[in-house]
Amino acid sequence: MTPDLECADLTKQFGETTAVDNVSFAVPPGSFFSILGPSGCGKTTIMRMIAGFLDPTSGDIRIKGKSVLDTPPNKRPVNMVFQHLALFPMMTIAENIGYGLRRQKTPKDQISRKVDEALDRIGLPGIGGRKVDELSGGQKQRVAIARCMVLEPDVLLLDEPLGALDLKLREHMKIELKALQATFDTTFVYITHDQSEALVMSDQIAVMNAGRFEQVGTGQDLYYRPDTPFVAGFIGDANRWKGRIERVEGAVLEMRTETGLAMRATASNDLSAGDMAEIFVRPETIRLAASADALADFDNQLQGTVTSILFNGAASRVLVQDSVGETLEVTLPQSGEFSGLHRGDTVHIGWGAAQAICFGGGA
Amino acid sequence: MRSHARIGFVLLLTPLVLWLGLLIVIPHIDMLLISLRERISFGVYETSTAQYQKALTEPLYLRTFWRTAVMSVLATGITLLIAFPVAYYIAKMAKGRLQQVLFMFCLIPFYVSELVRTFGWMILLRETGIVSNLLQWTGLADQPVEMLYNDAAMMVGLVYTSMLFMVVPLVTTLESLDDSVIEAGYDLGGGGFSVLREIIIPHAMPGIVSGCIVVFMLSLGNYLTPTMLGGKDSLWFTEMIYNQFIVRSNWELGAAFGFMLLVLSSVIVWGMLRLTGRTLQETMG
Ligand SMILES: Nc1ncnc2c1ncn2[C@@H]1O[C@H](COP(=O)(O)OP(=O)(O)OP(=O)(O)O)[C@@H](O)[C@H]1O
Ligand SMILES: [Mg+2]
Repeated sequence: MTPDLECADLTKQFGETTAVDNVSFAVPPGSFFSILGPSGCGKTTIMRMIAGFLDPTSGDIRIKGKSVLDTPPNKRPVNMVFQHLALFPMMTIAENIGYGLRRQKTPKDQISRKVDEALDRIGLPGIGGRKVDELSGGQKQRVAIARCMVLEPDVLLLDEPLGALDLKLREHMKIELKALQATFDTTFVYITHDQSEALVMSDQIAVMNAGRFEQVGTGQDLYYRPDTPFVAGFIGDANRWKGRIERVEGAVLEMRTETGLAMRATASNDLSAGDMAEIFVRPETIRLAASADALADFDNQLQGTVTSILFNGAASRVLVQDSVGETLEVTLPQSGEFSGLHRGDTVHIGWGAAQAICFGGGA
Repeated sequence: MRSHARIGFVLLLTPLVLWLGLLIVIPHIDMLLISLRERISFGVYETSTAQYQKALTEPLYLRTFWRTAVMSVLATGITLLIAFPVAYYIAKMAKGRLQQVLFMFCLIPFYVSELVRTFGWMILLRETGIVSNLLQWTGLADQPVEMLYNDAAMMVGLVYTSMLFMVVPLVTTLESLDDSVIEAGYDLGGGGFSVLREIIIPHAMPGIVSGCIVVFMLSLGNYLTPTMLGGKDSLWFTEMIYNQFIVRSNWELGAAFGFMLLVLSSVIVWGMLRLTGRTLQETMG
């Protein structure tokens, strides 16, 4: 099956700076593809190249197998939902949605039918006569998507479309967007710097850093099997230790941290004894226990004191200071077992080597 | 406390009221009264509409009146056509320093007085002027060409004088148009022309209307440019007002002319607002 969108060795330079550096990816039809990365890593630049507002310095963009480099933006079978939506303030909602159809010279009666259909699909029937500024943020959002979707593009590009919304609405729109993608059955390319947006909605996520793709994979891949320290640090939270590898025994290695702790982690690719390395352990993989006995099965065990309890409902954490003075974040189980935990209490913590990811070169 | 606020309010309002009252309302009432009287004999006046009858029946007066109106509308239209691309370039295409420099270029002609500026045009366009010499030198003309004292020269002068007053409001409104809105227009399949017609012009409408109103009123009330650059046949209505007041000392007819001009500009401005479906409040605020 030819991918809906394919970028090959895409590079964009602005003078000296390389905003996008040799990026290649393919998005299969009907999937939700996200590009996730910190601010300024080049996400918008990729998007604008796909939409046709920027010419790549080198590389190729193919839509349904055909290169679109010579196609101007108004002829490309992709549409874009802009970061600040860019609805046309001088038009009504119906005129906004019908704008693209009018450009295609669709007959009037068909336009009004399609506009009504689109309004139904986004769950806002009957608002066609309103002005843009008479809508709420979330409604504008949906109108911006409908405005693109009536044109039935091969690929819909969305540039941080939830950025301007408040937290509660953002949570709601995440689910809504995923549902809209299923209704319209179109390929979505979504860019964001918010990992939870990417994780919740995407079939595939590309993590981007400084113009390059660090890793492309499903949310699970990125979360459980990050390829690079950047991905491990960017997706979810992690406790980190740097140190030197002492031994490698099959699938497990042992590292001596800079603070002198011995730590066991999953051996990955080509690490051998003597290498500098960095270990990442997620707060939610660390088990909290009242006594050392309960942790007998874990490869890594530490004893420490609770320095702080960060209550945040289901995402509550405890900060534990270990014997060498480092502070670890540990997720607080919600089973009630530790509801009586206080500052200064002594706790035991442990985690398996399989949950600790190790990367070389942490020096 | 309340009385303090009242005093402050009155103090702040006084200059405005004085300005409006002394310079605009009172002279106009006086003018209206003057225009509505007829001189019977030395020092004896009678109320009548004779001045207006004279103004509306005398072909020269009437012709000049309409000519001035039509030419002002034309000058406004030409100014808009030239200023729009310039303003678009300054607001949307030029970046940073270039933007400021271009804006300064629009301002520079206003550093010298209108009189000097108009003389500049005369130096360029007269029979022994630079353009005429250039045409002869290149062989495009075999004798001196007189380009002054006709409607075209006058139009050039009017447009040139009004340019800035069109460019400034246009740049301001165009700058407030988000680039991504224009991009969205292209992204959804629009070509350059339809983006201009459906997105850029509707957005720039307040600037277009307020620029046009200002330029129209400036052209209509301009005295210097039509007098100096226009020919004997291109009489401007302000010249006639001047003639009546100063040359002929016929204040009654001059006042009637003045009132006709006021009504004309009010009607055309109102028509312009009606045509574009805007209120004065929206346009100026
Ligand atoms: N027109 C331009 N000229 C010069 N440099 C640019 C231009 N556009 C973007 N850049 C640079 O390219 C890099 C990537 O910018 P881009 O807008 O793609 O970031 P982003 O990932 O979308 O960031 P954000 O999440 O903040 O929107 C930045 O360092 C930026 O300064
Ligand atoms: Mg961006």
